[in-house]
Amino acid sequence: MTRSSRTLRVGALTRVEGEGALHVELRDGIPELVELNIYEPPRFFEAFLRGRAYTEPPDLTARICGICPVAYQVSACNAIESACGATLDADLLALRRLLYCGEWIHSHALHIYLLHAPDFLGAPDVIAVAREHREAVLRGLALKKAGNRLMELIGGRSIHPINVRLGGFYSTPTRAELAPIAEELRRALDDALATVAWVAGFDFPELTVEHELLALSAERYAIEDGVIARSDGPGFAVAEFSEHVRETQVPHSTALHATLDGRRHLTGPLARYTLNYDALSPLAREAATSAGLGRECRNPFRSIIVRAVEVVYAVEEALRIIESYQRPVRPFVDVEARPGVGHGVSEAPRGLLYHRYRIDDDGLIAEADIVPPTAQNQAAIEDDLARVVVAAGGLDNAALTAMCERAIRNYDPCISCSTHFLTLTVNRR
Amino acid sequence: MPPSLAVWKFASCDGCQLTVLDCEDELLTLAEQVRIAAFPEASSAVVAGPYDVSLVEGSITTPVDERRIKEIRAQSGVLVAIGACATAGGIQALRNFADVAEFASVVYARPDYIHTLATSTPASAHVRVDYELRGCPIDRGQLLDTLAALLVGRKPRLPAATVCTECKRAGVTCVTVAEGIACLGPVTHAGCGALCPRHHRGCYGCFGPMATPQMPAMIPLLHRDGMSGDDVDRVFGTFNVTAFDEERASDDERGGR
Repeated sequence: MTRSSRTLRVGALTRVEGEGALHVELRDGIPELVELNIYEPPRFFEAFLRGRAYTEPPDLTARICGICPVAYQVSACNAIESACGATLDADLLALRRLLYCGEWIHSHALHIYLLHAPDFLGAPDVIAVAREHREAVLRGLALKKAGNRLMELIGGRSIHPINVRLGGFYSTPTRAELAPIAEELRRALDDALATVAWVAGFDFPELTVEHELLALSAERYAIEDGVIARSDGPGFAVAEFSEHVRETQVPHSTALHATLDGRRHLTGPLARYTLNYDALSPLAREAATSAGLGRECRNPFRSIIVRAVEVVYAVEEALRIIESYQRPVRPFVDVEARPGVGHGVSEAPRGLLYHRYRIDDDGLIAEADIVPPTAQNQAAIEDDLARVVVAAGGLDNAALTAMCERAIRNYDPCISCSTHFLTLTVNRR
Repeated sequence: MPPSLAVWKFASCDGCQLTVLDCEDELLTLAEQVRIAAFPEASSAVVAGPYDVSLVEGSITTPVDERRIKEIRAQSGVLVAIGACATAGGIQALRNFADVAEFASVVYARPDYIHTLATSTPASAHVRVDYELRGCPIDRGQLLDTLAALLVGRKPRLPAATVCTECKRAGVTCVTVAEGIACLGPVTHAGCGALCPRHHRGCYGCFGPMATPQMPAMIPLLHRDGMSGDDVDRVFGTFNVTAFDEERASDDERGGR
């Protein structure tokens, strides 16, 4: 038998947020090397946050990611409010959740229609998809726009909202100001349900992953806060996050990976859905069932359906919050600086986002630690890639490489987010 | 053949190129008017240059990117820098005022693997830039107007006024005069539509300095409205830190602070 070796390379991954490359070495169909290389330039957020005022991280860390700035703002607020012993009024927490719903709708619609769907339709981009599926693309853009408008209404703008501060908001909308967006969201709910039906009709490669799942859990489907839950055991307190989720170095790559108690884990839509199925609304569960999903989903290729179900939930949840909204009695609660350490989490569209800050006696940030979802998912992505190249080994190099790119896009990786964390490998070809 | 458009990323958060995709109502029309030839975040089909128009997001922070921006310039008819990273170096330019090796050691277990420049610089520090869209992030309306202008061959409308001017025109009650809230509106470049004052917040300068900011007049007002010297340094030391620093330094030379 002749031994054969194959090398698959993608110099610059497309339809992902940020700059990454892929490198797979196969010998006799067995993967010897699987690397998701990140060459996104580092921006050193955790370094320059030191010495900043304790009030600044929500604005500063938003700039880590233009697609999920609210996730950064909210995890930062949660951490610092916790360090300072501040508790928000219930109506302010509801408004924060409403803003975050907007980010989920916008970010998920972006990924479903513009970044991920082209993979299932054999198209290079959404413009090509629109040639044959114009109605679907218009629906996706309308859905995305509804999320953006909601963010603009509460946050001032959708990319790097200006209206978020420690303790709440600079200003709050009146009930009347929310009425037009409610109208738009009612239309968006139909679009969201149609999205679930649309993506359910795609063809999905078979893949079942056994990664441990990590997600927040709360009375309502976890978005803006929660306790940490995991699939293979009892959860743990947010303050214990760094004892369980650690950065480790792996031999095949110069990249650092986050592991959960020494093992690879998965955060994001599949983990949230599987751990929090019962917290979904009846309508969202019904949509999931009609799309062929059970109580759990462990096929990353089907994550597009889970995102669509989460959009249904987020639109419905936004409508529910607006329905019971009364303008908060005050736009924010005072958050006085207090020396100490605070931990904060929230569910970014891509998964659990952890922030930790130590505040010194002068109210300045002494230490900052940020663990984004993509850093946590990197080991799982590489493991999926190894399985995919074995399972689809019969494909020619071009088709197999395309399949690998799809396996990466399943995770909606946010490479800009992960770069403070992953080592730089410059390999531009 | 419609003109070709390329969108490029350097060190950044992706928010400014996301603004292109946030033109939900215009995206499909835009794709009919221009040929999107290279936009890796949105398309797997990347066509080789030359390009009629290149939008450049992000700052230059690595030796590889120093070369890449020159290649893009050579391939582009019109080069438009979009956003504070591309026009001023972005927030990652805080390294320019610190020791980058120390920064790397704080973030990375193995800082020796990091190949980064000591500075984060705007595109204009490396190549000729035809137009600059300010902001962290850029304004969607300004982006659309610029693309429309380039399509029909007129100059983009990029007013050089201040946020303060926009705010007055919009009839927003002045947060400084009415409530003593510190606001950078009088020295900040227009373009956002006075978003922060509309939300009862002082402008924090994310569009960077206007062409002729009166810093010696501005800073005493900030002190009056409750900011310490360190607070003032911090508020100017964010997304446009290099641009504001230059303005403050030139004022120091003219007469001291």
